[in-house]
Amino acid sequence: MGEFKVHRVRFFNYVPSGIRCVAYNNQSNRLAVSRTDGTVEIYNLSANYFQEKFFPGHESRATEALCWTEGQRLFSAGLNGEIVEYDLQALNVKYAMDAFGGPIWSMTASPSGSQLLVGCEDGSVKLFQITPDKIQFERNFDRQKSRILSLSWHPSGTHIAAGSIDYISVFDVKSGSAIHKMIVDRQYMGVSKRKCIVWGVAFLSDGTVISVDSAGKVQFWDSATGTLVKSHPIANADVLSIAVADQEDSFVVGTAEGTVFHFQLVSVTSNSSEKQWVRTKPFQHHTHDVRTVAHSPTALISGGTDTHLVIRPLMEKVEVKNYDAALRKITFPHRCLISCSKKRQLLLFQFAHHLELWRLGSTVATGKNGDILPLSKNADHLLHLKTKGPENIICSCISSCGSWIAYSTASRFFLYRLNYEHDNISLKRVSKMPAFLRSALQILFSEDSKKLFVASNQGSLHVIQLLEGSFKHLHAFQPQSGTVEAMCLLAVSPDGNWLAASGTSAGVHVYNVKQLKLHCTVPAYNFPVTALAIAPNTNNLVIAHSDQQVFEYSIPDKQYTEWSRAVQKQGFHHLWLQRDTPITHIGFHSKRPMHILLHDAYMFCIIDKSLPLPNDKTLLYNPLPPTSESDVVRRRTAHAFKISKIYKPLLFMELLDEGTLVAVERPLDDIIAQLPPPIKKKKFGT
Amino acid sequence: MAALEDEFTLSSGVLSAGPDGLLGVEQSNKTDQFLVTDRGRTVVLYKVSDQKPLGSWSVKQGQLITCSAVCNFQTGEYVVVHDNKVLRIWNNEDVNLDKVFKATLSAEVHKIHSVRGTEPVLLFKEGAVRGLEALLAEPQQEIEAVLSDGEVIRWTKLFMVFRHPVLIFITEKHGNYFVYVHMVNSHTLSKYTLLRGQEEKSVIQSFTASVDRKFISVMSLSSDGCVYETLIPVYPTDPEENQRVVSSLLLRAVVSGSAPSGVALTVLDRDHVAVLGSPLSASKECLSVWNIKFQTLQTSKELPQGTSGQLWYYGENLLMLHGQSLTVIPYKCEVSSLAGALGKLKHSHDPGIQVMPPFVNWEASQGDGLGSQHAEQPRRILRRRKIEVSSQPAVPPSKQLLTTIMKDSEKHIEMELRKFLAVKTPDFHAIVGDLVTGLLGRCQVEPSFCPRNCLVQLIQTHVLSYSLCPGLMEMAVKKTDVQLLQLCLQRFPDIPESVTCACLKIFLSIGDDSLHQAEIDMESVFDYGDSVQGDNVAAPVDVLQNGFSPEGDTCLSCCQEVPAKPQDAAAATPTCPVTPQRAALLNAILHSGYSEAFLLPHLKDIPAQHITLFLKYLYFLYLKCSENATMTLPGIHPPTLNQILDWICLLLDANFTVVVMIPEAKRLLISLYKFVKSQISVYSELNKIEVSFRELQKLNQEKNNRGLYSIEVLELF
Repeated sequence: MGEFKVHRVRFFNYVPSGIRCVAYNNQSNRLAVSRTDGTVEIYNLSANYFQEKFFPGHESRATEALCWTEGQRLFSAGLNGEIVEYDLQALNVKYAMDAFGGPIWSMTASPSGSQLLVGCEDGSVKLFQITPDKIQFERNFDRQKSRILSLSWHPSGTHIAAGSIDYISVFDVKSGSAIHKMIVDRQYMGVSKRKCIVWGVAFLSDGTVISVDSAGKVQFWDSATGTLVKSHPIANADVLSIAVADQEDSFVVGTAEGTVFHFQLVSVTSNSSEKQWVRTKPFQHHTHDVRTVAHSPTALISGGTDTHLVIRPLMEKVEVKNYDAALRKITFPHRCLISCSKKRQLLLFQFAHHLELWRLGSTVATGKNGDILPLSKNADHLLHLKTKGPENIICSCISSCGSWIAYSTASRFFLYRLNYEHDNISLKRVSKMPAFLRSALQILFSEDSKKLFVASNQGSLHVIQLLEGSFKHLHAFQPQSGTVEAMCLLAVSPDGNWLAASGTSAGVHVYNVKQLKLHCTVPAYNFPVTALAIAPNTNNLVIAHSDQQVFEYSIPDKQYTEWSRAVQKQGFHHLWLQRDTPITHIGFHSKRPMHILLHDAYMFCIIDKSLPLPNDKTLLYNPLPPTSESDVVRRRTAHAFKISKIYKPLLFMELLDEGTLVAVERPLDDIIAQLPPPIKKKKFGT
Repeated sequence: MAALEDEFTLSSGVLSAGPDGLLGVEQSNKTDQFLVTDRGRTVVLYKVSDQKPLGSWSVKQGQLITCSAVCNFQTGEYVVVHDNKVLRIWNNEDVNLDKVFKATLSAEVHKIHSVRGTEPVLLFKEGAVRGLEALLAEPQQEIEAVLSDGEVIRWTKLFMVFRHPVLIFITEKHGNYFVYVHMVNSHTLSKYTLLRGQEEKSVIQSFTASVDRKFISVMSLSSDGCVYETLIPVYPTDPEENQRVVSSLLLRAVVSGSAPSGVALTVLDRDHVAVLGSPLSASKECLSVWNIKFQTLQTSKELPQGTSGQLWYYGENLLMLHGQSLTVIPYKCEVSSLAGALGKLKHSHDPGIQVMPPFVNWEASQGDGLGSQHAEQPRRILRRRKIEVSSQPAVPPSKQLLTTIMKDSEKHIEMELRKFLAVKTPDFHAIVGDLVTGLLGRCQVEPSFCPRNCLVQLIQTHVLSYSLCPGLMEMAVKKTDVQLLQLCLQRFPDIPESVTCACLKIFLSIGDDSLHQAEIDMESVFDYGDSVQGDNVAAPVDVLQNGFSPEGDTCLSCCQEVPAKPQDAAAATPTCPVTPQRAALLNAILHSGYSEAFLLPHLKDIPAQHITLFLKYLYFLYLKCSENATMTLPGIHPPTLNQILDWICLLLDANFTVVVMIPEAKRLLISLYKFVKSQISVYSELNKIEVSFRELQKLNQEKNNRGLYSIEVLELF
C-alpha cells in the first residue's frame, strides 16, 4: 500500500453540547435528542442508531422538554417560553408559539397524542390542542404557587401529576382542578435541604405516581389517597430524570452522580401474583449529571452533561446476540464538521457559532513507519470567523483552491472571498445573496472552484457560478413533485459534470450539471446514506449506508460496478459490519484510481480494489506483519481493506496528495477537560 | 409438504359421545377454542392449546340439544337450539342454560351456521333460511317450506363470498340429490339437480365443499370409495330454472365403502383433502391426506380405536372422535419446492432444533416472558406427551437404570451408572435428578445401602443442584460424610444458608482422626509447611504495603494490657490453626454463595470455641494473603481476600457478644481491631492525598500527549 505522511491534527477544539432531553418514539423507533445549545437531533434506532436529521440550535431557544405526538410530530419547549414544532421533512422549525406563562420547564403529550400540556415558571399548567397544522391553546389548570418542573399523564388521560418545588399536585383533567397535593420531604439522611425540587414524575395506570427529587429519593405515591407508599433513597445527589416502559413493568432513573438505576416490577416470591418495585441494576456510564432518560422496549437510553448519548440494551429483552445487544455510546455527530482545501492545505473547522481556518505545517524530513517528523513550519491559525445573530451554523465549506468560504445558518447564507498575499489574508463578504438562498443544509464547491452547489431546505438544489467577487445563479434542480424532503448530502465529480445528492430517506439522485437535468436515481436502499463521493476519472459514485454497506455505482453506465457486485456477492467481513459508527467521509486521489478512502470515528480504511476481498476467515484488521516474513506470504494474506485504528476518535480524514493524509482527532480527554467538574465522589473507603 | 403432526386428546369424560358421535364441533371467537356439542344435553368449550375445557353448559334433564352450538362472532355469544324449536343464547359468564335468553320458534331448525364476518344464519328443516337478528326480532314469524315432501337435508355449509354469506345445502329424495344455493342477503335461492355418472347406484356418504371466487366446489365421497367433484356457480345464470350439474371423478378408491362407522371427507386447502375411513387394504380406520392435484396420498395416520365417521377442520386442527375422546391432529402444509424435495434447498428453519437464546431470560422462565416463548408452549406440551407415549412400549435406559437402583447391588448399580453416563441424552438433567432421588429413596428404606461412589459420580456430572435433590445433602449431614459435603459445596450453585451452616458446624466439630481417613479434595489448600520459612521476611512487607505500621501507631498505648508481647504477635510465624484437611473443607464453605441476611441467624447457633477456631483460621488466611503484593493466596482456586474478610465480618456480626467474653479470643480480637484501625487510617490518608494523585495523573497524561499537531509517518500493509 505504501507510506503516508500524516498530518495529525488535534487542535480542533470541538466540544459537543450537553444533552438536555431525549424522547423516544415507539412507532418509528426514532429517538429525538435535544442539546443545551438548542440543537435537536433525530436518531433512527432501526438504522444502526444513525443520526439521520438535525435541527440547528439557537442561543435563546434552550430546550427544556421534547415530546412526540400523534402522527410522529415533534415538539419542544424551552426557557424562552415558546413551544416549537419541527418540520421533519424540510428540516426546519415549522412555527414557534409563545405559551405566555414565562419559561416552560416541562411538557408532555397526552396518551392519545392529541393534546400537549406545558408547565410554566408562573405555576400554570396549560393545555394545548394539537390541530393538523398548528397547536391551539385550550385552557389553564389551577395555578400553583411555584414553577411546574415535571408533568405526567395518567395513561387513561383523565388525570395528570405535576411536580413542583416541595410538592406534587394531581389534577383532574376534566375540571382542571388540583385534587391532591402531596408534600415531599425535604430531609434526606438527616440533613435538611433548603428545598426539594421534584425533577420528574410518572403516573402509572394503577394510580401510582412515581417521583424523583433533588433529595435523592425515588418515591411512590398513591394518587387516590394522596399518600406516600414507598420511598427509595438512591443517591446523595439529585435524581434528575425518570422514564417508564410502556408495559409499566420497569422504569429507569438518572442521577446527578452519573448513575442510572433500573427498577423492575418483580414478584415477591416466584409464582406469586403480588409484585413490588425493586431496584435491580445500577449503570455508571456517565461521569456527569444524567439529565434525561428514556425507556425503549429493549433498551435504556440516557444522556446528560457529559455529552454522551448512551443506549444500554436490556439483555433479557434481547433475543439474539446481534449488534443491537451491544452498548452504544454516541459522542460525535454523524456528519462532517470539517472541510479542507487540498491545494493550499487548509482546514476549515465548523463550531456552533464560529469558523476557524488553519493552515497545516510542513516538514522536509523523511522517516520510517511510526516516526514523528520534525516540523519545519508549524500549523497556523489563519482566521476566526464569528457568525452574527443567535443561530448556530448548519454547514460550511471551503473551496479546493481555498479562496472561497461559505456557511449557512437557519436564516442566512454567507459567502466570502479570501485573498492571500504572502502571509496576509483579506476577507471580503459577497453581498446581496438572492432571497432563495436563505438557508442551506449542505454546501459544496466544485473541484475547480467555479461553481457552488447549495442544498436548500425546500428540497431544491441550486447551482451558482462563481466569478471574481460576484456570482450568478445558473439553475435550481427542483425536487420531484410532491416531495419536500431536504437533501443532506452532496457530492460532485472532480470533472464537474455530475452532482449526486441524497436526502434522509429517498434514494440518491444524480444530476448532469452540464445539461442541467436529472441523470438517474440510484436504486433505493433501506438504510440511510451516511457519506457520498464520486471517484475521479471513472465517475463511480461511492455510497456508504448506515448498516455499513458500501456500494459503487457507475454514473455513466447507470448501474452498479462489477467490483460492487463482487463485494455484495461475497458480503462484507463480519467485523466490518459490526463497527458501530457510520462512515462520515469518503475521499479519493486522482493518482490512485483504485483506492477509496473511508473513515468512521474509530478507524480509517483505504480500499484497494485491485486486491482480493477478505472473507470471514481472513484477518480484517491485519496487524503489522513481521519484517522477517517473506513477501510471498504477505501477498497471499493481503486483502483489499487496509485498515488502521491509530487515530481515534477520528473526525475527519482526507488525502491531500498522493502520499499525504490529514487526520483530525478529538481525544475524549480533551473534551472532558472542558466540561464542568463532576460531583466529587470519595474514591477510597466508604 | 402436507404433514399430520402428533395427535393429542382433549380430556375425555366430560363428553357423553354416543355411538353416533358428536352433534358438532364449531369454532369459537377465539382461535384455538372450540364449542363441542354432544348428542345429549351438553355443550363444552375447549381450549386446544391447553387441552382442557374452559366451560360446560347443559340443558335440563328431558331436553335434548338438536343442533350444534355456534358462536356469534359479532357479539361473542353462543347460540344453541334444543328440542328442535327452542333457541338459547348465552355467553361465557352464564352458568345455567335454563336462565339464559330463550326464544321459541315456529318451525324446526336443522342447523345454525356461523362464520366470521356475518351474523349466524339458521337453516330450517323445511329449507327456509333466516338470519338470527331477523328471527329474534320476531321469533314466532311464519317459516315457509321450500323443500318438497320427503326431501331431507343431508349436508349444509355457509361460505363468505365477497363478504356476502352464501348458504349451500344438499338434499336427498329417493336417491336423487339436489343442491340449493341460498344468497342470505338477497334471499335468492337457486336449485340444482346433481347428476351422477357411473356411480349412479352408490350412496353418497360424505360431502365437503370449498369456494373459489365464482364456483363452489362440492366434493362427495361415495360408497364406492371414490371422491367426486361438482362445480356449482355462486351466481346463478338463471335462478328460476332448475339447473343440472354434473359430478366428475376426482380420486378413485380412497376408502373402502363398507366402513362400520361411516366415512368422512373434508377439504384442507386448494390441493388437499382429508379422508377418514378405512383404506381398502386395511381394516383399521385411518385418517389420510390426499393431494387432489397429483392424486397422491400425502400422509396418513391410523386410528385404531375407531371413529364416529365425523371430521372437522378448523384453523390448522383436524378434530375427530377417536374412541371415546375428542382427538386433535394438527395439520401443517408448508410451502415446498422441488429443490426442497430433492434436498437442494435448506429448510429455512428446522422446527426440531430450538434456537437457544444466548442470554438467560429469567422473566421467561418465570412464565411471563415474551410472546414468542408463549407461542411455543403448546408445542412443548405436545413433545412431553410424546415422550410419555414413546416410553411405554420401549423402556428407555434411564427407566431401566431406575429399576436397577431399586433392586440390585451397589456394584451393579455403579457399573450401570457408568454406562449410562457415557452417553448424554437430551433430558440428561431430569434423569440425573431422578436417579439421585431414587438412590436416596432406597437409602432411606435400607439403612445399610450406601451408594457413595454412585452419588459422587452423579455429583461430578455438574448438572445436579441442591434443588434437584434436596435430600442428598441432608443425608450427608446426617452421616457426617464430609467428602460428599465438600463435593456438594463445590458443585451446587444453590445451597440454602441453613445447610451451608450445618456443613460448617460439622467441619468445625469433626475430630481430626476421622478427617485423616476421609479423602478430601485438597486442591484449595496450599502447603502451609513450606511457606513457613518465608514468613519472617514476608510479614513486614504487608505493613509497608499499606503505608502504615501498627508498631508506630499511637494506639499501642491502649493495647498495653495485652499480656503477650504485641511485637511478637505481629512478627511471630503465623501457623495454621487447623489441619490441612479441615482447611480444605472450610475453604469449600468460603467459596459457597450466601446471602448475609439468611446466614446470620444460623451462624449464631455455632458454639463459641468453634467460632474462635474459624476466626483464627480466617485471620491466618488474611495474614497469608497480605504476604504478597497481589493479596492472593497461593495454590489452585484459593479463597479470595474478599471472601475471607466478608466471613470475618459475618462471624463477628453474629457472635460478637459471645466471642468478646472468651479469654482465648482476646488476642485475636485485638489484632483484628488493630487491623481495622490501620485500614481506616490508611484510607483517610489516601483520601487526603487523592487530589495530589489526580494531579500526578494529569502530569502523566500530559507527558503522553504528543501535542496538538504533528506530522507522522504511517505505513499501511
